[in-house]
Amino acid sequence: MLLGKSLLQLKKLVAEKKVSYKEINDFFLKRIQKYNSQLNAFLTVSKNQETGLPIAIKDNFCVKGLRTTASAKVLNDFIPNYESTVTTRLKKNGFNFLGKTNMDAWAHGSSTETSDYGPTKNPWDLSRSPGGSSGGTAAAVSAYLAPAGIGSETAGSVRQPAAWSGIVGLKPTFGRVSRYGVIAMGSSFDCPGPMTINVEDAAFLLKQIAGKDQFDATSSPQPVVDYQNLMKKTRKFTIGISEDYFTNLEKGLEKKIQESIEIFQKMGHTVKKVKLLSPKYSISVYTILQRAEVSSNLARYDGIRYGNDRTHFGAEAKRRIMLGTYVLSYGYYDAFYKKAQKVRTLIIENFKEVFKEVDVILTPTTPVAALKLGEFEKYPFFGEMMDVLNEPAAIAGIPAINIPVGLDDNSLPVGLSIMGNYFDEASILNLAYQFENETDFFGVIKKGISNYGK
Amino acid sequence: MENKYQPVIGLEIHVELKTKSKMFCQCSADYFGQKPNLHVCPVCLGLPGALPVPNEKAISWMQKIGAALDCELTKDSKFDRKHYNYPDLPKGYQISQYEEPFAINGKIKIKNKQFRIRRVHMEEDTAKLIHEDKGTLIDFNRSGVPLVEIVTEPDFNNAEDVKAFLEELQVIIRYLDVSDADMEKGSMRLEPNISAMKIGLGTLPPYKVEVKNINSFRFVKQAIEYEIKRQVELLEKGETPIQETRGWDDKKNKTFSQRTKEEAQDYRYFPEPDIPPFTFEKKYLYEIKKNLPELPQQKVDRYIKDFKIKEADAFVITRNIKTAAYFETVVLKNKNYQQVANLIINKKISTDLSPIEFAKKTDELLATKTTDMQALNKAIDNAIKNNFQVVNDYKKGKTNAIMFLVGQVMRELKGNAEAKVVIDSLKKIIG
Repeated sequence: MLLGKSLLQLKKLVAEKKVSYKEINDFFLKRIQKYNSQLNAFLTVSKNQETGLPIAIKDNFCVKGLRTTASAKVLNDFIPNYESTVTTRLKKNGFNFLGKTNMDAWAHGSSTETSDYGPTKNPWDLSRSPGGSSGGTAAAVSAYLAPAGIGSETAGSVRQPAAWSGIVGLKPTFGRVSRYGVIAMGSSFDCPGPMTINVEDAAFLLKQIAGKDQFDATSSPQPVVDYQNLMKKTRKFTIGISEDYFTNLEKGLEKKIQESIEIFQKMGHTVKKVKLLSPKYSISVYTILQRAEVSSNLARYDGIRYGNDRTHFGAEAKRRIMLGTYVLSYGYYDAFYKKAQKVRTLIIENFKEVFKEVDVILTPTTPVAALKLGEFEKYPFFGEMMDVLNEPAAIAGIPAINIPVGLDDNSLPVGLSIMGNYFDEASILNLAYQFENETDFFGVIKKGISNYGK
Repeated sequence: MENKYQPVIGLEIHVELKTKSKMFCQCSADYFGQKPNLHVCPVCLGLPGALPVPNEKAISWMQKIGAALDCELTKDSKFDRKHYNYPDLPKGYQISQYEEPFAINGKIKIKNKQFRIRRVHMEEDTAKLIHEDKGTLIDFNRSGVPLVEIVTEPDFNNAEDVKAFLEELQVIIRYLDVSDADMEKGSMRLEPNISAMKIGLGTLPPYKVEVKNINSFRFVKQAIEYEIKRQVELLEKGETPIQETRGWDDKKNKTFSQRTKEEAQDYRYFPEPDIPPFTFEKKYLYEIKKNLPELPQQKVDRYIKDFKIKEADAFVITRNIKTAAYFETVVLKNKNYQQVANLIINKKISTDLSPIEFAKKTDELLATKTTDMQALNKAIDNAIKNNFQVVNDYKKGKTNAIMFLVGQVMRELKGNAEAKVVIDSLKKIIG
C-alpha cells in the first residue's frame, strides 16, 4: 500500500488517518534494513525515529546529535552540536530523518566512489555507479528506501546522480536555499536541493527549505513563491537549445534526448536554437575556482579537532587541496583564479543574454548513462567530464532540474536538464511537471521502485 | 656613528572594537576577564558548515575610524580569506581584507608633522592561546571579535613620534567611543616595522623587522630604540639585518627573533565567497563623515582660537573627551578660560563638582587672589626658617624644590595668594 507513494501522497494518507507516521517510518526502516547492505546508500540510520514525514539527508548536512561525516574519515566521529538551516526547516515542517546518505567524500566526485565508506551502488545495476556526489540520496530514492531525499550540488551533484539513478533532482538558484550547516565544498557554488520521485514533491520540498536565512549572508531575500501552485498553471514556453551541449553524446542517450525534445514541441512549446558559450570553458573555470575554495574550506581540518588528522584525507581530497593551493599561490593567483573569475562573469552574462530570448534551456544532464564502478579511477578529471553539461549552470548559479526521459540501450535511465533564469524555479518546475503529466517519465521512476518491490 | 643612519618605521596597529557581538556571529564580543570558551558558537569555533554573517555595526564603526583618520572611504569593498595554520585560527584562515579595504589614504597631523595612513581594514581576532607547563590551552572567547587594522606609511624616523602618534590615535578612537584602545588589555596592539637607512642613500632598506608583543605605551619607545640600536650595530659591521619578526621581551628589555621572513607564509588571499561584496551608497559614506564628533585636534584648534588658551593646555584638556566636555561646560559659566584650564589641569578644584559649582569656585579663587604682601613675607620667612635643607637643595640647582616652599607658604596663607607672586618673592629672597 505504501510502496511508491510520493511524499505528498504519504502526507495525505496520514491526514486521512489511513496510516500513521510510525507505520510509514517503520516501513522505510525495514526497507533500509533489507536493501541497504547491497546499495550502501545510508551511512547512518537515525536511532531515535520521531514522527513525521520520512526523508533521507545527505551526509554533509549537520544534524544535531546525528553523526555527520561528509563520507570522510577525517570526520569519522563528528556528531554536530548544531543543526543546518535546511534540516532545521525540515524538522520544523514535520519531517523525520531516516538517516544520513553516502556521498563522495567532501562531495568531491561524481560517482560516490571517493567515499571513505565505500561506493554506493546504482539500484538499476549494482555493478554501476549511481552518480554523485549525492549518490546515496539518489540510490535511496530510486530504490525507494526513502520517499524523497535532500542532496546538495556544487556542479552536477544533484542532477547527475538523479539522471543516473532515474529520479527527479532539483538544483535551485545559488542563494535560494541556505548553505548554513552544510559542510562546505565550493562555497560560491553549493546549493542544497530536493531529490524526489516526482516533480510536485520537488516543488513541495523546495518551498520547505528555501528562503532568506539570517545565518547565510549569501542567501537571497527574494520572496519564496508557491511553486506547487505556479507549477500547475498552463504555460507555453520558448525553449532554448544550444548545439555545443549535444556533442559527444552516447548514441542511445542522444536518441532519448531528441525524442523528448520532439515531445516538448508536440506539446506546443517553441524550441529555439540559442548560442551558449561552449560548456568546455566551464570545465577550466569550475576546476580552478572550486579547487581554490576546496583548499580553503578544508584548511580547518588540521588534526587539532574532530579526532582524525590530515593523513585521513583520501586521494581525491589531497589532489584538490594541492591544486587549489597552487592556483591561489603568490604569483599564480592572477593567472588562474582571477582569470577564471573573469570568465565566470562572461558565462553569467552569456546566460543573461540568452534568457532574454528564451524561458528555459534544455540540455542532456550527462553525456553518458551510468558507468561501471571503477571507471572514475581511469580519469583524473572524471567528475569534470561527467558534469561538463552541469557546470555552466553551477558557475552561473542558475536553477536546473533533472527529469528522467527514458532508458538507453542498456536499460539505464537517461536524464534531461531544464535550466531556468535566476530565481525562476517556478518555470522549470512547471515545464518538468507538464512533461511528467504527458509521459509519466516513460515509467522510469516506477520501474526503478518496482525493481525493489518486495 | 648612529648619525649616519636614519630609522625608517611604519606601523601596523590593531584595534579591537567594543561592539556587543562578534564580527561574524551573535556571540558576545566582551571576552576580557570572562570564563574561557563561554562566548562561542559554531561560527566562531569554525565548525564544519558554519558561515560568517558580517556585523554591520562593526563595519560602520571601522568606517568611522577611517573617516576620523581622514581616509577615503571606499565605495566598493569586500572581505578576503587570509590563510595560515595556527591553533588559534579555527578555520585555517582569517577573514580579513586584502585588495579593497573599507578605508584608504588617510593621515594624522601632529604639531607640524604629518603621518600618512595607507589603509584601514576590518578583520576578525583570533582565539587566545594560553601556554602552560602541561601544554597550551585555547580560549575561543576572543575568536571573531571585530578587529580593525590600521597601516601607516613608513613615515616615522624616531620612537618619540611613534609614541605621539599612538597616543593621538588612542585619543581619537576613544573620542569615537568604538574601542577602549587599551594596550595593556590588548584592545590596541602595535607592531612597528623597523629598518635603518643610510642617510643620503634615498632608497628604502632591503629589509625590515617587525616587532610584536609591545603591550604597553611604556615599551613602545624602549622597543623601537633597542631595535634601531641593534640594527645599526649590525649595519656598522657591514651586515644586513635579517628580515624577520621579533618579539619584545619586557623583562629583559630586548627584542628576540620569533620567525624569519624566509619562512613567511603565502597567505593565498582570495575573495571570501561566504560574504557578498559591498557597495556603499555615497549618502551613507557622507553621513559617516558628517556625523563624526569634533576630534581632539579640532578641539585644540578651537580652544586656541576661541578661548585663547595655551596650546599645551588645550592639548592636555582634550586628551580625555570627558575632561574636554567638562571644560566646555564650565567656560559657559566662567569666561576666565585660561584660569579654568589651569584649575582643571592642576586639579586645584575637584572636577567631581558640577561644572556650575566649579565655575563658582573658580570665581571665588580668582577673587581672593589679591596678595597681602606683609603676610606673604612673614610666611616666606617662616618657610625658609623651617626648611633649610630644602632651601639648600634649591640653591644647589634642584629647581623643583621651590615648589615645596611655595606649598608651605600657601598653606600658611590658606591659599590666599597668587602663586606667581609667591614664587617670584621666594626666588628674590632666596636668591
